[in-house]
Amino acid sequence: LGHGSGGKLSHQLLDELIIPTLSQVAQSDQNDAAILEGIDSTRLAFTTDSYVVDPIIFPGGNIGDLAINGTVNDLAMSGARPLAISVGLILEEGLALAELREVLQAMKAAADKAQVKIVTGDTKVVPRGKGDKIFINTSGIGVFDHDLKILGNAAKPGDKILINGSIGDHGMAVLASREGLDLQSDIATDSMALNHLVTKLLAEFGENVHVLRDPTRGGVATTLKEIALQSQVDICLQETELPITQTVAGACSILGLDPLFVANEGKLLAIIDAEKADAALALMRSQPEGGGAAIIGDVVEKSSGRVMMQTAIGGMRAIEMLAGEQLPRIC
Amino acid sequence: MAVVARRVRIEGIVQGVGFRPFIYRLARERQLAGTVLNDSQGVLIEIEGERRGIESFLAAIETELPPLASISGFQVVDSVPTGQSGFVIVESQSAQRRVAQIAPDSYVCPDCLRELFDPNDRRYRYPFINCTNCGPRYSIVTDIPYDRPLTTMVDFPMCPACQAEYEDPVSRRFHAQPNACADCGPQLTFADENGQLIAAAEPLVEAIERLRAGQIVAVKGLGGYHLAVDATNDEAVKRLRQRKHRDEKPFAVMAYNLEQICRFSHVSPGEERLLTSVERPIVLLRQRKDHGLSLEVAPKNKFFGTMIPYTPLHYLLLEQFHAIVMTSGNQGDEPIAFENSDAQNRLEGIADCYLQHNRRIHIRTDDSIARLLDGEPVLYRRSRGYVPRGVKLSGEQKPVLAVGAELKNTICLTRGDRAFLSHHIGDLKNQTVVDSMKQAIDHFQGLLEVQPTIIAHDLHPDYLSTHVAEELAGESNLVAVQHHHAHLASCLTDNGRNEAAIGVIFDGIGYGNDGHIWGGEFLVGDLYDFERVGQFAYRPMPGGDAATKEPWRMAVSYLQAVYGNKLPDLPFLQDVESSGLNLLLQMIEKQLNSPLTSSVGRLFDAVAALVGLRNRVSYEGQAAFELEMLIAASGEAEAPYRFDVVAAAGLLQIDAVPMIKALVADLRAGIEPAVVSARFHNGLAQTIVDVCRQIRGERGVLPVALSGGVFQNRYLTERSAKLLREAGFDVLLHRQVPPNDGGLALGQAVIAGARAGHE
Ligand SMILES: [Fe+3]
Ligand SMILES: [Mg+2]
Ligand SMILES: [Zn+2]
Ligand SMILES: [Zn+2]
Repeated sequence: LGHGSGGKLSHQLLDELIIPTLSQVAQSDQNDAAILEGIDSTRLAFTTDSYVVDPIIFPGGNIGDLAINGTVNDLAMSGARPLAISVGLILEEGLALAELREVLQAMKAAADKAQVKIVTGDTKVVPRGKGDKIFINTSGIGVFDHDLKILGNAAKPGDKILINGSIGDHGMAVLASREGLDLQSDIATDSMALNHLVTKLLAEFGENVHVLRDPTRGGVATTLKEIALQSQVDICLQETELPITQTVAGACSILGLDPLFVANEGKLLAIIDAEKADAALALMRSQPEGGGAAIIGDVVEKSSGRVMMQTAIGGMRAIEMLAGEQLPRIC
Repeated sequence: MAVVARRVRIEGIVQGVGFRPFIYRLARERQLAGTVLNDSQGVLIEIEGERRGIESFLAAIETELPPLASISGFQVVDSVPTGQSGFVIVESQSAQRRVAQIAPDSYVCPDCLRELFDPNDRRYRYPFINCTNCGPRYSIVTDIPYDRPLTTMVDFPMCPACQAEYEDPVSRRFHAQPNACADCGPQLTFADENGQLIAAAEPLVEAIERLRAGQIVAVKGLGGYHLAVDATNDEAVKRLRQRKHRDEKPFAVMAYNLEQICRFSHVSPGEERLLTSVERPIVLLRQRKDHGLSLEVAPKNKFFGTMIPYTPLHYLLLEQFHAIVMTSGNQGDEPIAFENSDAQNRLEGIADCYLQHNRRIHIRTDDSIARLLDGEPVLYRRSRGYVPRGVKLSGEQKPVLAVGAELKNTICLTRGDRAFLSHHIGDLKNQTVVDSMKQAIDHFQGLLEVQPTIIAHDLHPDYLSTHVAEELAGESNLVAVQHHHAHLASCLTDNGRNEAAIGVIFDGIGYGNDGHIWGGEFLVGDLYDFERVGQFAYRPMPGGDAATKEPWRMAVSYLQAVYGNKLPDLPFLQDVESSGLNLLLQMIEKQLNSPLTSSVGRLFDAVAALVGLRNRVSYEGQAAFELEMLIAASGEAEAPYRFDVVAAAGLLQIDAVPMIKALVADLRAGIEPAVVSARFHNGLAQTIVDVCRQIRGERGVLPVALSGGVFQNRYLTERSAKLLREAGFDVLLHRQVPPNDGGLALGQAVIAGARAGHE
């Protein structure tokens, strides 16, 4: 990939690769702004996120589908139905075209699968060394098909905490791939769009669904701590109920990482009324996105927002957000 | 005969410990006149009479001090004789605010013990006998002032006989707040495994029978519950290990008296004094070869943590046993249980039955643990018997709350020129421990009537104690204190010093100013600030905390420093899966979750793994302790391993590479691990002296403070201290507070105080 001056080269990139891959919009229709028609909702969800990941391609996915799924999920976690997405690409001079093509194709496939349209975008090429292969920003707009308020402060004592599958896969997949770690078997990212699953959950359980959140950076621990603080409740996890694959558990154990703090990209935490929890679990498990779903804990009481975990040997571990990386603490 | 008069003002732990009756007796014996009263500062005495009598009276106050009293201030001024006759105890004005110190919980005094076993005494075999010279204090106090209504004894109105003693100035039970007898006081009960009271049973008899039968009996004591089993019953002790999920960490034992203890442990005169002191700590004693206790009590250990009874109940329980295991009544790392209903919840599935009573424990206190080191006691855990005794500071400072470390947490409050270190709170891994820490902070602030506006905490951003400090902060000033500076300040304060010193801080780990993980530091500093002048060269700690739990990781890390990825084939590697080893080497190479550490604790782990002791630990400090126990009797004579000391960028870097090379060569030559361990210890001691000499060369003469968890190692501490003294250094060792993180809060508190003073 050559240096883009905004001139011919960039145009060529857009015309020949990016637009044909990503967009339904004909090149001739290209305008400065996308016009979204036929939205008759008074409530919209709007989100943005930037994606930087090393390596850009890893087992089970790449930065492209990650960027689409991430923004789709952010919309879905508010209860909105994702509608349209914008894509901003910052490409580093020297990026292999084949890699770029792979990323773009993954974006398109992810968008199709999630049934969202990529409606607008932008591309910049920066000189070698000023970027890291590819940075992506995606923004998304979603509409609400219901009046539900799915918010982080809505967890209630007695609620159950559900997750749609195993934890830590994405973070460990990226780490292993970046460092070229020789793990016994491969770990693939769990990156996927969760909007269809959310739609079904809301259709079935409506007001019984109190909180939805995707435990991305900082993992399940950090996300639950945020919810506990927002809702001013105590949350209690059951270590023995946490779904985690043997490979991830094994890799975490040798690396000395706590899977509770490892990132996920295709997981949601659902905080649901206790009486509907089993039914919600069954629904999750019947869906392709939730085969490994589990009830992993409870909202126990109103308080200052503590998160704890009943450990396998019976202790009640206290969980706090970390300042940065996982640092040793045992003296 | 010339009559003179004196006014005597005494401060310290002088209330609730039989002080006024004691003064009354001393005065009466010498036919002196006057008064004694409690006030907000302590005790005030007006005394008059013949000069020699007064001199002898004043001397006797210090030489015959009641066992629980301790004096921190003693002031005598001349006054004018009033010509009165007789000596009286003046009732304290109830409106007066009393800020005198609360006494620690203590043993059973000889007088009470005699009564306990005297068939003619009205308290014969009454398990809650006590007097002003002994018994519960800190654990039953709900608020100040120390008066019966503000203790958990409020539940028991005294019978006329007890009331009469309580009001009689010459009685040993004059104002003994926990005073009670079988007619009016607390009673034992016995419950089955479900907590159902078994009314028909005589509780004590039943408990003894159950113990004999090998059952696990939860016994409510002074500061919480113990889990008790017959220490000679292998199966019973094994069952306790399984149920408590405690693999190898030694259990403490209790035996009836010294004579019993001498059957299974060696006891030196110093250890005897420590065992029988009013504080009654658990003392680490060397096992006899023919000890006769179950090997499950302290697997792979050469010591028994031993104590003698410190409550009447324990005496009654122990009478017929060789020794019983008395381990804290908790699961895993939870706090010790201390409330009856709570105990049944938390000990369910562990205890077969419960011997309990209805005297509430307001504040739980674990047993303290001590060992003789360099001829004097050193505390490994400072709790029951010692808390809340104050540590004297070098001067007044603003009140500070210090929240301590992550593990072995204690908190510290300062008031005036005293620092009050709390009871052992525990490892802040569990929510219950964090919660109990917050309660301790509240309780301590209440008892001491201070609300500090300065909160000191560790520099580590993720210590749960740091989170608590942030949560409590409000308008307060938060002061972050570097872990090893706090260890240095703790040791200085422990020794009544406030000048600059060389701090040799060998520790597990602590967060350093440079973001790396420290633990093998030579600091030059005082209570205000410090400078790092030497350190062990950084090594990666592959897997972070996992490296602390699995010493083989540090062994590989140190080998890698010498041999790269072609490790010598040592026996410890046979137990390591090759895939795991490869991954570990990759982690080191790629600096993947491998924080850099200078920790000497981790170096001990590495050596313990290298000599084949163990690749994994099941409790903190296990590998290092086993390495110490391994040292041959001829240890002192073994040539020390050499460490390189290089000056780089103003810092003395201590490089373990030559040591590792020599150690590997020794292992390959078939040299005994016992000798290798001795050479390693000797090498460290020699290095301490060498580095301290170099620092003295540059900085001039300074005392040397040895602190940090590694200095629980008796061999290393004694040898280092000896070599340092031979080299002319003034050596400071911990005496009042532990060298480990249990003493850290004291250091944090004085540093924050010193900094506030500089503002
Ligand atoms: Fe420490
Ligand atoms: Mg996001
Ligand atoms: Zn007594
Ligand atoms: Zn009575």
